[in-house]
Formats: sequence, structure tokens, C-alpha cells
Amino acid sequence: MIVLVDYKAGNLTSVKNAFTAIGAETCISGDPDVVRSADRVVFPGVGAAASAMANLRSFGLDSALADVIRQGRPFLGICLGMQVLFEHSEEDGGVDLLGFLPGRVRRFPDVPGFKVPEIGWNQVNGKEYYFVHSYYAEVGPYTVGTTDYAGVTFTSAVQKDNLTAYQFHPEKSGRMGLALLADWLKG
Amino acid sequence: MLTKRVIPCLDVRKGRVTKGVKFKNNVDLGDPVEMAVGYSDGGADELVFYDITASAEHRPIDLGMVTSVASAVRIPFAVGGGISSVADMERVILAGAEKISVNSLAVRNPEIIREGAATFGRQCVVLGMDPVRSEKCPSGYEITTRGFRELTGMDAVEWARRAADLGAGEIVVNSVDADGTRAGFELEITRLIAEAVDVPVVASGGAGCPAHLVTVFREARADAAIVAGMIHSGEFTLAEIKHEMALAGLPTRLSW
Repeated sequence: MIVLVDYKAGNLTSVKNAFTAIGAETCISGDPDVVRSADRVVFPGVGAAASAMANLRSFGLDSALADVIRQGRPFLGICLGMQVLFEHSEEDGGVDLLGFLPGRVRRFPDVPGFKVPEIGWNQVNGKEYYFVHSYYAEVGPYTVGTTDYAGVTFTSAVQKDNLTAYQFHPEKSGRMGLALLADWLKG
Repeated sequence: MLTKRVIPCLDVRKGRVTKGVKFKNNVDLGDPVEMAVGYSDGGADELVFYDITASAEHRPIDLGMVTSVASAVRIPFAVGGGISSVADMERVILAGAEKISVNSLAVRNPEIIREGAATFGRQCVVLGMDPVRSEKCPSGYEITTRGFRELTGMDAVEWARRAADLGAGEIVVNSVDADGTRAGFELEITRLIAEAVDVPVVASGGAGCPAHLVTVFREARADAAIVAGMIHSGEFTLAEIKHEMALAGLPTRLSW
């Protein structure tokens, strides 16, 4: 069973629809026990780091996610769901994150000609995907794809053992995005 | 590099896409879901739907259409027209839209932008504005509402700044003077707003040929541009538009 984690950080409809489009049934849940029992976990997220972390802790999902990752089950983080895997974010005056990956999340600098949030299609390893974000994760040891914006090269794809995560939205990136999700299901 | 976005706009009246030229000429152009799939497969970077019935007749938004589009397409889409509360926003977002667009509602109640952004995140809240050329206002452009019928006396650039401060994640600048003319975007107001705010700005109104998009990206600093009549008529395709943009050296998404 594939569980889409619901921690009140944005809308899961697009993610669910994308998996449906590639023939995969998913279950939406914010219950830590349901998450622990999943074969695969998808961790999406949109919005702000502080409230996301507060929700994860108060729902007991932080430890459920840690268990799933430690036990080696396939885990996919998307957008805010990628950012909260790192150690610390500058957002909201400074937020401690889950710490599954080393490194920091920072805000894009104010550079003339570069609007924030970054909204639209940008390149990762030669293909274009859809991004919507004002914060980015620095490049680190588990970075497998980078993207450039506002003079910054940031992590757009990360892989550590069973943990895969993308800064962009594969569920909103047309055929290319669906192909990534289908690949993840095979892994 | 972030690419410049081309966004087809579909005006929906009573469940059908119609040609909206200042609310005259209600020509039936097709089924919104079919057209959405066609444009998505044809290279659209995003889509936007305006529910004309909801807006004009104060009816609730057609959530069935939103749900159907969300099931059928895998690119982001925005929905506007008739959003009158945060509850409306929530319904539309839960039905599967990525963004909601507010226009007249925000003019009446600017705080709705802040509430929407706080509840759903600023990336979900788009401010649509319909400026008309006017000597009354410092920027030379005045905000209109109710489908261009009402003048508000508000300066367009000032309103854009205020909306961005309140939390709008994007601003769509729809020129009343250019809308439906297919004679080109209103470059001046697009550029003024693109330079005035730090959030992405979408040019709207007047696209008639691919060269118009090249110009609005190059000269007016738009981050995205809306196209409607020129592609609904079949006169141009998204591929042709994007090819022209790429030839002009603009960062363009060319595979889909």
C-alpha cells in the first residue's frame, strides 16, 4: 500500500491524481500507525516549514517517518516534503527540521530580475520540471540533481538509500513528472 | 534557467469554453476538459480557467469541471471567476486546482488575499487585475472591476504593490484596452507592474501572434503570458509560439 502523508501542509489531490494516472492506488493518511504500515510512503508538502514541523510533531508523524526511512521502505519527498528532511531552515525565523539529510534550507536572495517564489519550469539533469518555492536546499553529499535560480545552484533531486526527494512537483510536471513517479514505483 | 511560461486561458460559460470579447460574441469553442487535455499535450506550461457564469451570475463555481480537469491534466492550472470567500478557495483547491485567482473580490475586500495566502500559501493565491488606460491615475492606469464595467479610481501599480504585500503569489495583468484585440499586449502597464513587485507577473490580453509573446517577455519583463483567441481559433499552435520564443533566444520549455 502506498500512503500519501497528510499533515495539513497543502493539497494532496494532485499527487493522488498523478499516481492514479499511472495506475497506482494510494491511501491518504495522517495517522502515524497507517504510515508505519505502508509499503511505500509519499511525503508531499506545500507551505511553510514552521507549521509543517509543528504538525508533524503533534501528529506523531516525525517518528513514524523516521521509522519508515530507517526500515528501508521506499520513501518519496516532494517540495516542502523534501525540505523538511534536512537539518535546519531559515524560514519563519529559523526552524529545526527532521534532520534525515545533512544541510540547510535557505531563502533565495533578492536578485533583480529573479522573482520569488520561483514559479515555473526549470531544468534538472537536462529535463524541465515545475517548481514553486521561495526556499531551497543547499547542495550536499546526497544531491543527485541541481537547478540554477537567482544566482544559486540548489538541490532539486536528492537520493539516500531508500529516500528519494524532489524540490519540484513531479505530479505537476506533465509526462516527464509521471515518468519519474513510475520509475520510483519500480524501485 | 527558468523558462518563460505560456498559459492558455479558457473562459467557461455554462460548462462550455466560450470566446469572451468583453462579454459579447458567445461562441461555443468546446468542452473545457477536452481542450485542457489538448493544450496540455500540446505544450502548455499551465492553464487558467475563468468561470464566467459564476462570476457574472453570482453562482458557485463549477467544481465538477475543476475535478474533471484535475483528473485529466498533469500540469498546474488556476481557476478564477466567482471566488467569493476563503471557503470557495478551499473547495476549488481541494477539487484539484493549484491556484485560485481573485479579482473583484480582492478589490472589495483586500484582506481576502492575506487570508487566502495564510490558509493555503501564497503560491495558491493569484491576483487578477484589469487595468484600463486613465489619466486620472499616477501610473496612467486605473483598476476596473466587474468585467471592465466599473471604474474604481485605484491606481493599478499601487494596487499591485499592495496585493503583493498582502500575500499574492502572482499577479495577472489583464489589459482592458488590449483584451480581445489580438493586436498585442499592453506593454507599458505590464512592464510597470513587473518592475514594481517582486512576485511573478503574468501578461494578459491582446495576444494575436507569436511575436507578441516575444515582445512582452523581452520588453515588458513578463514572467508568463496568457493566450486565448489566437490558439482557440486554431490560427496558431502552442508549438509555433514556443518555437518563435526559442528562436528569439528566450528560455522556453520545448519538450513536453
